[in-house]
Amino acid sequence: MIVAEQKPLAEIAENIMEAQKVLVVGCGGCVTVCLSGGQKEVDILATSLRILRKKEGKPIDTATETLERQCDKEYVDKLAEKIQAADCVVSLACGVGVQYLSERYPDKCVVPAQNTKFIGGTTEHGVWEERCGLCGECILARTGGICPIIRCSKSILNGPCGGSQDGKCEVNPDVPCAWTLIYEKLKRQGREDAIYEVFPVKDWSKSRDGGPRKYVREDVLL
Amino acid sequence: MNAFEPRIIAFCCYYCAYSAADLAGSMRLQYPANIRMIELPCSGKIEHNMLLTAFEEGADGVYVAGCMEGDCHFLKGNVRARKRVEYVKKLLDELGIGGDRLEMYNLSSSMGPRFAEIAREMTERIRALGPSPLNKASTRIKKDGERA
Repeated sequence: MIVAEQKPLAEIAENIMEAQKVLVVGCGGCVTVCLSGGQKEVDILATSLRILRKKEGKPIDTATETLERQCDKEYVDKLAEKIQAADCVVSLACGVGVQYLSERYPDKCVVPAQNTKFIGGTTEHGVWEERCGLCGECILARTGGICPIIRCSKSILNGPCGGSQDGKCEVNPDVPCAWTLIYEKLKRQGREDAIYEVFPVKDWSKSRDGGPRKYVREDVLL
Repeated sequence: MNAFEPRIIAFCCYYCAYSAADLAGSMRLQYPANIRMIELPCSGKIEHNMLLTAFEEGADGVYVAGCMEGDCHFLKGNVRARKRVEYVKKLLDELGIGGDRLEMYNLSSSMGPRFAEIAREMTERIRALGPSPLNKASTRIKKDGERA
């Protein structure tokens, strides 16, 4: 899922400027799972903004709504009435949600309330770790299910590098060396020889270097 | 001298603080009348936004009173409550209200005198801090010579 972290309150407050009616919109998808943008966080943020503005002697009205997903237009359409009544919209979704709201309602100022961080998973309640680098061409089948693109600090395809020590990364000793993990996993599966396979230069045009990507399923187009 | 009387909301767990308050009453213990109690089935029922809303609606101070750590009727409710209180303290600092206005206490149902002591402690703390920035304009601050 997409992992996001809420922005400091002061930054959000600054971005809503002098708005008097603020609509705070949450997302029921990834950001609900990573506890940064669901219904609870929407309520906390709305209360916080009201308190802040009341303290400054410029009270605001807030309305709240949490959509099933902000990255699907049919859900975003449902906001029409509430958005019309608002001076400013605060989105607690990832960057996609913010852009979808902004595109669908171009006359309204849509303010992001989060910094979208990475694609990851939960390691324990309250802890998330990055697991996918969105490189567009998955090689996990050949690396024992451990991604060197994102888990190696240098995204090395033929590792480990000279900085790997005692199975730890030179960038941060708390980070396990991805290539040590890959070797251990391959060995456990009895195919450690696979480590000798040399990966050719990666085609980064399938990643962000190829510009914004698009994925089309012709068979399901209406 | 200011005659500021703080308004304090106490979120009290049914199994400890709420019973301790009953006991304090039976023991005829005196404690400040500034405390408004809200009974919870467990201090773990508290949510971040409930604490914030209390301030928004005019509280000068808020505290959550749960069972002694390790003695929660639902195992970890009071530990969760403490974490939520800590989180909201930081939020209150960010909001300029001040995290000191919020506190978490642990006590057992037999601690009637401690309940009264906590009420006094919190009232004195908030009295020293003065009214919440949200209530600064409130008529509850009466200066000498002013009429109530």
